[in-house]
Amino acid sequence: MIKIAWLLPLLPLLGFVVISFVTKRLKLLSALVAIGTMAASLIISLGIAYEVLRDGVTMESPVEYAVNWLSVPGLTIEAGILIDPLAAVMLIVVCTVALLVDIYSLGYMEGDPGYSRYFSYLSLFGASMLGLVVANNYFQMFFFWELVGLSSYLLIGYYFGRHSAVQANKKAFIANRVADFGFLLGFFYLFLMFGTFNFGELAQAMPAHANSAMLTIAAILVFIGPVGKSAQFPLHVWLPDAMEGPTPVSALIHAATMVAAGVYLVSRQFVLFANAEIALLVVAYVGGFTALFAATIAIVNSDIKRILAFSTLSQLGYMMMALGVGSVTAGMFHLTTHAFFKALLFLGAGSAIHAVHSNSIWKMGGLYKKMPITTWTFVIGTLALAGIFPFAGFWSKDEILLVTRDAGFTGLYILATFVAFLTAFYMFRLIFIAFFGESRSEHEPHESPLSMTVPLLILAVFSIGAGFIGAPFLEKAFWALVYYGKPHHPVPDLLVMAVSTGIALSGILLAWLIYHKKYISAEKIKERFLVVYTILENKYYIDEIYQWFFDKVVLVISSAFNWSDRNLVDGAAHGISDSIRAGGAKLRYIQTGSMQNYALVIFAATILLVIWMAIPVLGGI
Amino acid sequence: MTSIGLQHYLILAAILFSIGFYGSVAKKNGVAVLMGIELMLNAVNINLIAFNRFLNPDVSVGMIFAIFVIVVAAAEVAVGLAIIIKIYRERLTTSVNDIDWLKW
Amino acid sequence: MSFPILSIIMLAPVLGALVILMLPEKEEKIIKITAAVFSFISLVLSIVIFIMYDKSAGGIQFVEQIPWVDYLGISYKVGVDGLSLPMVLLTSLVIFTGVFASWDMHNRIKEFFIFLLVLTTGVFGVFISLDLFFFYLFFEVALIPMYVLIGVWGSTRKEYAAMKLTLYLLIGSVFALVAIIATFLYAAAPEYLGFITLDMVALGTVTYDIAFQKFAFLLMLVGFGFLVPMWPLHTWSPDGHVAAPTAVSMLHAGVIMKLGGYGLIRLGVFYYPEGAKYWAPVIALLCIVNVVYGALVAMVQKDLKFVVGYSSVSHMGYVLLGIAALNTLSLDGAVAQMFAHGIMTALFFALVGNIYHKSHTREIARFGGLAHQMPRVAAGFVIAGLASLGLPGLNNFVAEFLIFLGAFSVDQVILGFISFRLLAILGILGIVITATYVLRVVQFTFFGPRKAEWDHLEDAKGIEMVPIVILIGTLILFGVYPAPLIDLINSGVEPLVAKIQAAAEIGGIF
Repeated sequence: MIKIAWLLPLLPLLGFVVISFVTKRLKLLSALVAIGTMAASLIISLGIAYEVLRDGVTMESPVEYAVNWLSVPGLTIEAGILIDPLAAVMLIVVCTVALLVDIYSLGYMEGDPGYSRYFSYLSLFGASMLGLVVANNYFQMFFFWELVGLSSYLLIGYYFGRHSAVQANKKAFIANRVADFGFLLGFFYLFLMFGTFNFGELAQAMPAHANSAMLTIAAILVFIGPVGKSAQFPLHVWLPDAMEGPTPVSALIHAATMVAAGVYLVSRQFVLFANAEIALLVVAYVGGFTALFAATIAIVNSDIKRILAFSTLSQLGYMMMALGVGSVTAGMFHLTTHAFFKALLFLGAGSAIHAVHSNSIWKMGGLYKKMPITTWTFVIGTLALAGIFPFAGFWSKDEILLVTRDAGFTGLYILATFVAFLTAFYMFRLIFIAFFGESRSEHEPHESPLSMTVPLLILAVFSIGAGFIGAPFLEKAFWALVYYGKPHHPVPDLLVMAVSTGIALSGILLAWLIYHKKYISAEKIKERFLVVYTILENKYYIDEIYQWFFDKVVLVISSAFNWSDRNLVDGAAHGISDSIRAGGAKLRYIQTGSMQNYALVIFAATILLVIWMAIPVLGGI
Repeated sequence: MTSIGLQHYLILAAILFSIGFYGSVAKKNGVAVLMGIELMLNAVNINLIAFNRFLNPDVSVGMIFAIFVIVVAAAEVAVGLAIIIKIYRERLTTSVNDIDWLKW
Repeated sequence: MSFPILSIIMLAPVLGALVILMLPEKEEKIIKITAAVFSFISLVLSIVIFIMYDKSAGGIQFVEQIPWVDYLGISYKVGVDGLSLPMVLLTSLVIFTGVFASWDMHNRIKEFFIFLLVLTTGVFGVFISLDLFFFYLFFEVALIPMYVLIGVWGSTRKEYAAMKLTLYLLIGSVFALVAIIATFLYAAAPEYLGFITLDMVALGTVTYDIAFQKFAFLLMLVGFGFLVPMWPLHTWSPDGHVAAPTAVSMLHAGVIMKLGGYGLIRLGVFYYPEGAKYWAPVIALLCIVNVVYGALVAMVQKDLKFVVGYSSVSHMGYVLLGIAALNTLSLDGAVAQMFAHGIMTALFFALVGNIYHKSHTREIARFGGLAHQMPRVAAGFVIAGLASLGLPGLNNFVAEFLIFLGAFSVDQVILGFISFRLLAILGILGIVITATYVLRVVQFTFFGPRKAEWDHLEDAKGIEMVPIVILIGTLILFGVYPAPLIDLINSGVEPLVAKIQAAAEIGGIF
């Protein structure tokens, strides 16, 4: 199956082409094409994973093959496939979530006029994402990196009739563009140093330049790419707005897979960061800060999808932090479990939104009676996110806490534990308000159709079970496959586990007290900390700052340039032409029109000419 | 008593040319201007024949040239007079001061 | 090569013009079909030579030569290499699609197509000429019909724009002419060639004196800088784009501007490598102004065509950046960018023309939500926009990537404190600004709630789809599989780079 890994991106691409040009009018067939191609990709991914395990493909001995895509003197760009356990894990995550989201969308998008368009975009996304995962060099990575950005742009703006949606997709694209600018410069620097884009060859060459200034610059620049794609501070602004897209898209792209591409990129070429200590610190602290920053915003938000979006930001920060403290294993493990439970949460949210026709958690309430499957799968996802034993998030989050503490980042460890508390708190705030208590919806909620609930159930199973692939008590587990350097068997630390579980439970308890039992008044707290609340409500005014920068700096400069173009540059040209015209207007009076004047001038000129010609003959002056 | 030499012819031609030039530049009447031009052409003809006769009597190229000039002058006068007559019919004037339509 | 394939490519349009001349004025349909047929001949033959060109052999192929004025060393000599062949293909693609983009014109069709086809012959002639006399002659042949086409069939201050464009281009060509004559006289001296010739290849074998190179390259730079257009000589181009009718805008932005880049590489850099090195810092500084300034100005335009016009200024800055960096990658990229930008901007103008023809306005603020009424046009515009901002998978990305990588790898400091790499980074920053203005235009024009005002607009269909499909197909084809194009270009750039590397190391002007 590894031999046909190149089919992975091609199958969904084929689906995209077929849907766009053939089955556009046949809605159901379009959906089936998308689902079929994605299912085929999933089968190939599973086959690849099986072969990786069977043949003992490790991080050090990946399977790689490539063809030349473009070759000019001094530059060879390959189109290649690189399969190692890291890629295999990512492939399964992407294909599984994508397939489930495709199926879920069958019901969710029912009756939408753009049904076929929606599925063609999803297929395009699948193709780009899979191409990104199997890339064996930076160029190919960048190529698909931008294409997932395009798919994301198209899907966020799927409801292009809504102002907010097109505003959001523009914002997403531009934020990612800024990031890609850095990414591009980063691997240009690498190319300048090593003359290749290939991951393997770069990995060979890098240790010789460990911690050199240029490598550090390159690593930090490359990291700007993930900062944008994985929505880390300060380029995180696009992700909450990206929730304007259809909810299954938010689940697939803006929670489970695409935003994790940044984490994947850092893991893919971890040797780059391992050889640039300063860059690694940047990764750790950006990740840690984002985790805390986003979690605080999530506490006060009232839009169910945005709460989940901020939680995604926060969890991506977690993953980055794990990478930053040096553990690819922990970061990728959390990526995997997070993909499942966050997709579950988003799809559950979609199901709820589908029922009550509103995103606001205050318009929901009491859904557990009418929508049992949605509610209980959502609770499972939340428990996984909060890190409660034995749900998936527990294992991965604990591993992150553990490696952070073991690597000596005590500050980050405390921060991360606190974030775990916040996470549990805001998620259960959401649960208690939206799913329990009394109903506040204007509509009569009802359980969603089978095509939507089945993916929820499957994801719920994953959210419970996926953690065990990396459970520390197993002898040969996730950590033995995906790692950097040498595999590191995590030693379960009961203290870390106990602290994190305890703190998560206390978060749940607090949420229960405030929002369910109402022993503590949320209003009072809000009034008490009004300034803090306002800042959080406005997301620390980061969007406003960017908006101000664009309106008051970029546009003003643009207008000034436009003015100068019309007045200075063109003015100079007009000045020249006007002065010629004015000169002509003066000179035309030489033209008297009187023949005799002309004759006189001709004669005088002739005489002067004769004299001038005669000078040499007459011996000069 | 010196015989009439080249210089006499040249002086005559120069005088004739100057008269012609004066006439063509200073006269107001278009016909007079044409006559001035004729005088200048004839001055040139005298020069051509005189040079031919005194400097290189063996060949006749100067005379041929003179005849050529006479022919061209005749043609030129014909056209010039025709133009002046036409202008006179249109504008009832032959004064070159009024014929200044070639300006801006 | 006995079959005069290049001459036929070049003369097919003018033959078409002759046929149209004999057709009755009111047979509009037949006139249009005639124009399409003859431009199709050029297109097919261009594709044939694109495929038949032997890249491994490189050099100039398909040569035809007929002595013309021997004692002045002028002969009718044509041929193509890796630099000119993509331009020929570009021209034939743009004119063929341009004819279809003018399908809905009804005003003095006969004269319009005659001028359009004559213009095309001129452009072809410039690209295939291997004789400086014919190079210049064809250049002027291309220029004059442009004046009439804009002046008669244009819109928005058309007389002003036509005059401005013609004057700018004429002034530019005069600078180039001075350089051409100087080179011609210089090379004829006994210590160089010893005989007079205007043959471009023969003139290229001369190693010119460095002082002369500096002088001549500057003339070429200014002359072709008008065409490219290089800041601050660029203002003719947005005005011209806006005023010109659709097909002329396509040819104009798609091809005429490329004459500048082509001339600068083919004549400037090839004849005067030292001169190019000497003036490269100037080009580098000005091209960054082009890129950043052009993009920022495009951001605040209110007219769709002005946006595209300024985006051309910005994108042609990348071509100049590629020339300034003077290495294999950057020059490959510069030529590829000329091709890619030509296709992309032709697509833009075809779409804008389509909208303008139906809505009679190009004011962005009046639009909104057009994707509801015109989904295909919207999709085409988005793709053109994505190409413009350099999205992978479209041809422009490959070109810009090569330019950026080439420029980025130049290790040079100019003006004592600005490193070339910093300029390259500023240039790359242009892709962010480009993304911003492109997406803003897309948003304001096509997205948002449906406006009842535009419900009468019909989506592109039938014959209107021809240019859209062909141009998008080209963008995607060479975006996904650029090797044939880039290999071809590289075969033309190789000898150029060899010459640059052989040239004496001299510092830049700054």
